[in-house]
Amino acid sequence: MMVFFKHPYGFLLFQKYHSIIQLIIQKDLTMKLQYLLFACFLFAGSGCDLFESDGFNVDDKGTLKVVFDNVVGDKDLTLNSGSYVNAAGETFNVTTLKYFISNIKLTTEEGKVVVYPQESSYFLLDESDPTSLTLTLTDVPAGNYKSLTYMIGVDSLRNTMDVSKRTGNLDIAGKAKGMYWSWNSGYIFFKMEGASPQAKPAADGTTNYRYHIGQYGGGFGTPPVKTINNLKNSTLTFGTDMLKVRKNKTPQVEVKMDVLKVFTGQYTMKLAENPVIMVNPLGANVSANYIQAYALVSMKNNVP
Amino acid sequence: MKRVWMLFLIAGCSTVDPKPETPTEYTFKAPEGFPATAYRFENTPITQAGFELGRSLFYDGKLSRDGSISCADCHQQEAAFSHFDHDVSHGIDDRLGTRNAPALFNLAWHSDFFWDGGVHDLDLQPPSAIMNANEMDESLDRILEKLRKDSKYPAMFRAAYGTEEVTTARFLKSLSQFMLLMISSNSKYDRYIRKEAGVTFTADEQEGLRVFNLKCATCHPAPLFTDLSFRNNGLKPTPNPDLGRALITLRDEDRLRFKVPSLRNITESPPYMHDGRFSSLERVLEHYNSGVQATENLDPLLSQNGRRGIVLSDAEKRALIAFMKTLKDDTFLSDKRFSHP
Repeated sequence: MMVFFKHPYGFLLFQKYHSIIQLIIQKDLTMKLQYLLFACFLFAGSGCDLFESDGFNVDDKGTLKVVFDNVVGDKDLTLNSGSYVNAAGETFNVTTLKYFISNIKLTTEEGKVVVYPQESSYFLLDESDPTSLTLTLTDVPAGNYKSLTYMIGVDSLRNTMDVSKRTGNLDIAGKAKGMYWSWNSGYIFFKMEGASPQAKPAADGTTNYRYHIGQYGGGFGTPPVKTINNLKNSTLTFGTDMLKVRKNKTPQVEVKMDVLKVFTGQYTMKLAENPVIMVNPLGANVSANYIQAYALVSMKNNVP
Repeated sequence: MKRVWMLFLIAGCSTVDPKPETPTEYTFKAPEGFPATAYRFENTPITQAGFELGRSLFYDGKLSRDGSISCADCHQQEAAFSHFDHDVSHGIDDRLGTRNAPALFNLAWHSDFFWDGGVHDLDLQPPSAIMNANEMDESLDRILEKLRKDSKYPAMFRAAYGTEEVTTARFLKSLSQFMLLMISSNSKYDRYIRKEAGVTFTADEQEGLRVFNLKCATCHPAPLFTDLSFRNNGLKPTPNPDLGRALITLRDEDRLRFKVPSLRNITESPPYMHDGRFSSLERVLEHYNSGVQATENLDPLLSQNGRRGIVLSDAEKRALIAFMKTLKDDTFLSDKRFSHP
């Protein structure tokens, strides 16, 4: 019987064939049992895919890639030169598109939640930097996962954490430059800017639009005051195909974010009326829209 | 230091560490009777080297885009680190801000900064002034680059933090170390309350303290002389009013509310109010006596028994001003630790 435990996936093989073995033992077919064990040993030792594709050790770690693709309807987004039309019929382009993805969690087929280490989970995605759009999650416990959840933005805890713990993508003098409000202290979760001939002109006559969405609920002041909370989670579910994280396989998840849905969905935004939405009650409308702009495109297991 | 050496000589090679320690004047010590601090000291040990680095930065124009404006330009020691005689901040390129530069002291007890309370951590207060286009108009990454290339700063960072590395946190926490030690607790009032020998209040000052406790102390309670809350004190609205706290919270009930300032060193930090509209304490008291307007969210304390404002006789006003003069802390205002290095 020890043969099962020596093989990397032995324990699972053991579990899988346990009932058969029990049956055989009950029938006292000792010779056949020995034969079966020997056969299993050979079979498993040969590296047969039938066993390896689903088997894993509980201590195994794997890598998972999540690739974000910013699109406009059925077209790929092209910064600056691409010209698009929103739900309100307004022509617009996109010059800047950046957002934070954080607090990534995976749910196993049994419903157990595996939290990706929070310290390493702050990703700043910038359409102008294609490498930033692929999130590589390492040391993920091997397993079969039915869903993946992530937050758009920076949670309230990290938003109020000591400045010494705001490094890397959260460094307000580094990567997070332009993604932080100093006067109303907090990170900008989602930033989209561009121009539209229909946008209400600014004092200098320019017709640009700027959506800077942040705000994590506040809770400050004497007495404490709750403010708008634009933190939103998005969950990708993989249906009957489980996301399979294994030691030697890197599953890849592709997510699209449809810019058109930032302007519509729950609320139809009009650049002719509100071209600048920053610390503004309308920010809640934009965040309610953009959380529905994220959708699963594909999930591929067995990517070597 | 002397004492450490003596101990060292006596104790020989026993437990006493001969390494110079941060002298007591560079350690944070809450004055007796002060409430619990709000600052997270566990993340920021104060050292003399860290303090001196912060002091150097505080007085350095490199923190502004063109080198012309330092923190100390709008926060002058003789004015209790406010901008003497300026109604609103006067920043880079002679641009004017929209609010009065507040006095700086006892900051470890504050959990919300600026007139609107938009920042909740002293470490994160400087970036707002630095990045404001009307104040210093500079970005943090450019400042860190300037400091890295500077002839004196790398050595100061090494002295304070062990290596020359200039990081966002080290830069900001040095400024915090400097500001945290700016404690004002040695005014005549403090010495009177502590019953120090030879400190007495005149009849006017005593009467002022009585009136103060009766009519002012709810919003300006000792020992901080502010309750740190946000209130609308009924100033006459300007054509395009500054909405104050509501700009941060987006709540209608916070429109026209501003943070209650401390009255410590108040005689040294004119002009007064969030927009510096009153040049003297006499005018401030007259506002409370007769000028309070029925604007939205007027603080209920300023509208009681069918009358707006706080009834103050001329004698009471004189006494209050005599009392407020006792809140001037000459030790703090002339403390060499906080002066230009």
